[in-house]
Amino acid sequence: MSAALLEIEGLTKRFGGVTAVGDCSFSVPEGSVTALVGPNGSGKTTAFNLITGYLRADAGAIRFAGSSIRKPNPVSLARRGLTRTFQQARVFPDLTLVQNMVAALQQPWRAALRRAVRKPEQARALELLEEFGLARLAEERAGNLSYGQKKLLEFAAVLMADPRLVLLDEPTAGVNPLLVDQIEQRIRDLNARGLTFLLVEHNMNLVMRLSDPVVVLDHGTKLAEGSPDVVRTDPRVLEAYLGG
Amino acid sequence: MSRATTAGLVRGGAFAAAGIAFPFVFHAAWIVNIGVLTLMYAALATAWNLFSGYTGYITLGQAAFFGLGAYTLGITFEHVGVGSGYNPFYALPLVGAGIALVSVPVAWIALRTRHMTFAIVTLTLLFIVQQLAFNLRSLTKGSTGLMLPTPRFPIDSYDTPFYLAMLALLLAGLALCWLILRSKLGLMLLAIREDEEKARGLGIRVTGAKLIAWSLMVWLSAMVGGVWAYYLTFIYPESSVDPLVMIGAVLMTFLGGRGTLWGPTIGALVLVPTQQYMITKLGASQLYLVGYSAVFMVVLLLLPRGILPSLRGAIDSRRERRRTHREPVVREEAHA
Repeated sequence: MSAALLEIEGLTKRFGGVTAVGDCSFSVPEGSVTALVGPNGSGKTTAFNLITGYLRADAGAIRFAGSSIRKPNPVSLARRGLTRTFQQARVFPDLTLVQNMVAALQQPWRAALRRAVRKPEQARALELLEEFGLARLAEERAGNLSYGQKKLLEFAAVLMADPRLVLLDEPTAGVNPLLVDQIEQRIRDLNARGLTFLLVEHNMNLVMRLSDPVVVLDHGTKLAEGSPDVVRTDPRVLEAYLGG
Repeated sequence: MSRATTAGLVRGGAFAAAGIAFPFVFHAAWIVNIGVLTLMYAALATAWNLFSGYTGYITLGQAAFFGLGAYTLGITFEHVGVGSGYNPFYALPLVGAGIALVSVPVAWIALRTRHMTFAIVTLTLLFIVQQLAFNLRSLTKGSTGLMLPTPRFPIDSYDTPFYLAMLALLLAGLALCWLILRSKLGLMLLAIREDEEKARGLGIRVTGAKLIAWSLMVWLSAMVGGVWAYYLTFIYPESSVDPLVMIGAVLMTFLGGRGTLWGPTIGALVLVPTQQYMITKLGASQLYLVGYSAVFMVVLLLLPRGILPSLRGAIDSRRERRRTHREPVVREEAHA
């Protein structure tokens, strides 16, 4: 297995008396599709928020692409190539699809007064929208999309800035089966082109088909980590999911 | 040049030409005086819209910077001397820039709050500046007020230079809004208004973008305050840091259409002359306030989103109806 692109060590977050994430350690190998699974309330989304700087961790260390991230901050992390989507699809509803895509390009300040959507940027946006089957809606307001289409748009938009690692928070939740297939295919294609993924997902069939390694969380700590086959037969995992 | 760009330039050019021609056509002092007030509110509302309309951060502190501009010009007259005549107008951009620069650290702290909290935090700025104007007597002469020299403009067109200065500020504000709305900075600001957390996740530098919009608002507002002070030649704390000026500018923006280019100007063009007319007609009885609020009630009832967005909505839906009428099949396909 290749070197880790993202390493999490001893990550801890307490809300009052509740330990949402406790001493959690795992890593995301470069070029992998790593899955973070676990029963509801096991701390998956909290872990996402800690890694991407939306929450401040009480303890723990995060290393991304070889350098340690002392104070994770969403803006600077995104600009270093670590980007995410949200559990509830989040897009800019009053902007068109193309504007949504171009807004996701990380611009230097000296470009601030250039035209909002320039020709090559429009072309790049349309190309990606085409891949995601949204091209014919390019000039539509994003607020008019269905929920599943918003999920696709959010996924497509984070790709605009050529990230190195994409964190997908339940990419297929609340999405119809046809779109699930499409999202799976997109992840496979992009992964084949070298993009690394970390995903939180409840659809176990999808996880087992798509991911390696799989990290299982329960009560905020890591229960198991390994290939889908190893994790699937781990008695502690079965206990967490089926028992208690 | 695209068709939209040409149309925008033509519209702006026509507005500028009409604005410049106005005081030379209607040169009665009282009409030009209403013109100065209208342009002042239009410029303030446009500046407010540049920050609050585009970022969604509602500030109620803008009048603090209007007042700071007024006092800075007044105090500069006292202690440094900028000459009189047209000279003070040329000093204004620098005065505005200085105030904008000083306001940035304050904004940086205030912008750690959002929504209602931000509105209230910035409202306190207004009262802090007013208290300072009352109490820093050595600089502001407190409630006695500060006298500015009266420029020796020809008596029968005395108001015109101030009118033109206010017009220049409004045009500068409109040009800035126009440039920003079509730029990447504008896209960043709209993304912040729609969903700031999401924008951060995409790597949009939200703090920098908000501070740029904020400083432009302060820069314009302070210059407007400076022209106003020079026009009145007498300023005191209640009138130069006035919550009513603030409320006026915000209401005009809402009336015309928040987040649109021309909305604040249209709001001012409707409200200020109406208000002035009612004051002359009903002033003594204070009944003008009732009439003024009646105008608001009617607009809120008929056009709750503001004049421009409501008009645009009506035009769009009419176009849509016409299209469905003509080509029902195409539309069905598009939505399949």
